[in-house]
Amino acid sequence: MKFLKPSNQIIVGLLFYSSSLFSAVQIIQPSENAYEEIQEAFILAEPGDVIRLTSGTYNLQDSLSLDVEGVQVEGEGMDQTVLNFADQQSGAQGLSVTSDNVTLQDFSIQNAKGDAIKVKGVTNIKFLRVKTEWTNGPSPENGAYGLYPVESTNVLIDGCVAIGASDAGIYVGQSKNIIVRNSRAEFNVAGIEIENSYYADVFNNIATNNTGGILVFDLPGLPQQGGHHVRVFNNRSVGNNTDNFAPEGNIVGEVPRGTGIIVQANSDVEIFNNEIGNNDTVNIAVVTYGNETDDKAYYPHPKSIQIHGNKFGPTGYNPDTSKGELAQILFDLSGGNMPDIFWDGLLPISQLIFGQPENEKMIISNNGDASLLAIKPIGYMVPFLEPAILDINEFHGEISPLAKVEFDENF
Amino acid sequence: MKIFRQSSLLFFFIVCFSSQAEGAIEKDLKNFSKAPKFLSEFGFFEDMKNQIPAASVHPYSLVSPLFSDETDKLRFVYVPEGEKLGYVKNKVFIFPVGSTLIKTFAYLNKNSHLEQQLLETRLLINTNEGWKAISYVWNEEQTDAKRAIAGATIPTSFINSQGELTAVRYRAPNQNQCKECHQANKVMTPIGPKARNMNKVLDYQSGEMNQLLYWAALGWIDQKLDSTTISSYEDINASLNERARAYLDINCGHCHIPGGSADTTGLYLNFTEINQEKLGIYKKPVAAGRASGNLKYSIVPGHSDKSIMLFRMKSLDPGIMMPESGRALADDAGIKLISDWIDKL
Repeated sequence: MKFLKPSNQIIVGLLFYSSSLFSAVQIIQPSENAYEEIQEAFILAEPGDVIRLTSGTYNLQDSLSLDVEGVQVEGEGMDQTVLNFADQQSGAQGLSVTSDNVTLQDFSIQNAKGDAIKVKGVTNIKFLRVKTEWTNGPSPENGAYGLYPVESTNVLIDGCVAIGASDAGIYVGQSKNIIVRNSRAEFNVAGIEIENSYYADVFNNIATNNTGGILVFDLPGLPQQGGHHVRVFNNRSVGNNTDNFAPEGNIVGEVPRGTGIIVQANSDVEIFNNEIGNNDTVNIAVVTYGNETDDKAYYPHPKSIQIHGNKFGPTGYNPDTSKGELAQILFDLSGGNMPDIFWDGLLPISQLIFGQPENEKMIISNNGDASLLAIKPIGYMVPFLEPAILDINEFHGEISPLAKVEFDENF
Repeated sequence: MKIFRQSSLLFFFIVCFSSQAEGAIEKDLKNFSKAPKFLSEFGFFEDMKNQIPAASVHPYSLVSPLFSDETDKLRFVYVPEGEKLGYVKNKVFIFPVGSTLIKTFAYLNKNSHLEQQLLETRLLINTNEGWKAISYVWNEEQTDAKRAIAGATIPTSFINSQGELTAVRYRAPNQNQCKECHQANKVMTPIGPKARNMNKVLDYQSGEMNQLLYWAALGWIDQKLDSTTISSYEDINASLNERARAYLDINCGHCHIPGGSADTTGLYLNFTEINQEKLGIYKKPVAAGRASGNLKYSIVPGHSDKSIMLFRMKSLDPGIMMPESGRALADDAGIKLISDWIDKL
């Protein structure tokens, strides 16, 4: 363990800290004593310090935690610097971060017993080229989340990879101002999930081989709810056909295999210019939160959803009717001719009778020859009425683009 | 642990006098920057090995303690002379700057052939910059404890409550892990010394006395305390519900409370929570992953075997167990209590 001060390591100092003259770079190498060395460095770090973990595998038995603000933790590449928790004895995460202005970059966390990286309650967090992985493939024994920022503001996830999480690979929960870009999520139950969050841009990502590719969810009973303003664009959500392996009880356990994108109980969501296809069940589903809750403040229905400019590949050819009711209802209503886009049509009763406010209606435009099925709940329940809308043009309308999510990424 | 050798009528005088005369505390606790390497440097103890405190350091005990691998906990508190504690109903006492809470974790192995073993001593020091946590791990000779920034792993054995020799991979937490539990709205805070947890009799050297009255006699408290009362979860005379809620409060309620480390889950187990769903009854997990154990709800009334809460209390897997840190063993008595409670809900 060496402390290199910028005064005698000018080049290092300039490279990493042109703005911070007093910061130090601490270099740690794999060793028997790696846990103590890394954890001590995390506790003794001063704001502005860099902690570098050189190439190699670090076998760690206890979870790491960082609570000093303005620290950068960096490896020498996501496939070079590997923090392996296969033999973890204590702690619910691989790495936990609770301080502001932290950058995590160029390393991977493997086989954490719980979540791989949890970041709670911070302002400004960057994950750059970080990988989280459970290396034995999809299994309910894997940890829940890979990258897991929660209750945070200004979250940047860029160039990351998440593999094998038994809930969501990249999960941003109860947060504000979020960018997830240029990342890849594979073999998770949910590839990328934005939950109970405000102002998120999810773009240029690849979600493949998950159960569901990209999820925009909102759940009741939490400190922050009523998710809104989420843009999902320029992503590829393709071939998400891994059987759902989430342990029962978890909300993502209800996601059918072969789902491209699901929007649930959020408002102001814009899904555009994505490539979505080869998903066994459905390419896009827009749904209401279906479980009982006594949370009076919770609004379970999606509203102001816009879907445009997407390119759809084959879907619905092998629907998964074993999870939840979604696929079965869809299969029955469509007579097996499954659509690209599904909306469950559920609304407050007054809106079912008198109609939705104009600005809350779903708009679907310019999606090529995409097909649609939207349930008409009253028709569905009353014999001889049409149970569903099949004409996608009924949702045609002018798109009102949502604003870009921006925050200062150079913290 | 007996400090006062005088009669109870005299002890108040003696405290004031002796703390002035001895000036036992050797560190400036208010302007505390760098933690000393050894516990002995503070001067909190007259006799380290036997845990006999200095004259100005007072023992205390809680109505319901947190389960920590069946360790015995020796608690002490230091308050700067002439200072008073503030009080807000149902909250932790507000200690003046310079106060220190001292907690030694040990296996005393009473009534057995095993010698007592001091494991670690944790300090919470109220500095000018707020509460700071430091942990010291005892040496083999049991003469002093050394600062353990990254925590420490202590493989050892002890005689458990059933009189059985039990092996444990005891884990002294690192400084950050202290904060996991000891934080409310991102500010470090003590957990234990709430009026409701202090309201019990302790056997002081001067004789038995209620701890709150003792603190009043020391001049630390000079107001009437309005507080919710709480039973000890071990008190078989209390109702099952009271005991269960007391257990959940002290073992879970510091994280599972609005503003606590586990508030992301929406599961609140603090003593004052009254919403059934927030308490876990038919509450679905949010981010539990495999820790759900394929069960649907935190608590299913009448069915402890279908309740995630019990599954996680029983587990020793770090990815499943609750609490997340601070234990390597299961709390069998606690498991029985919470099982009984859920089964009768």
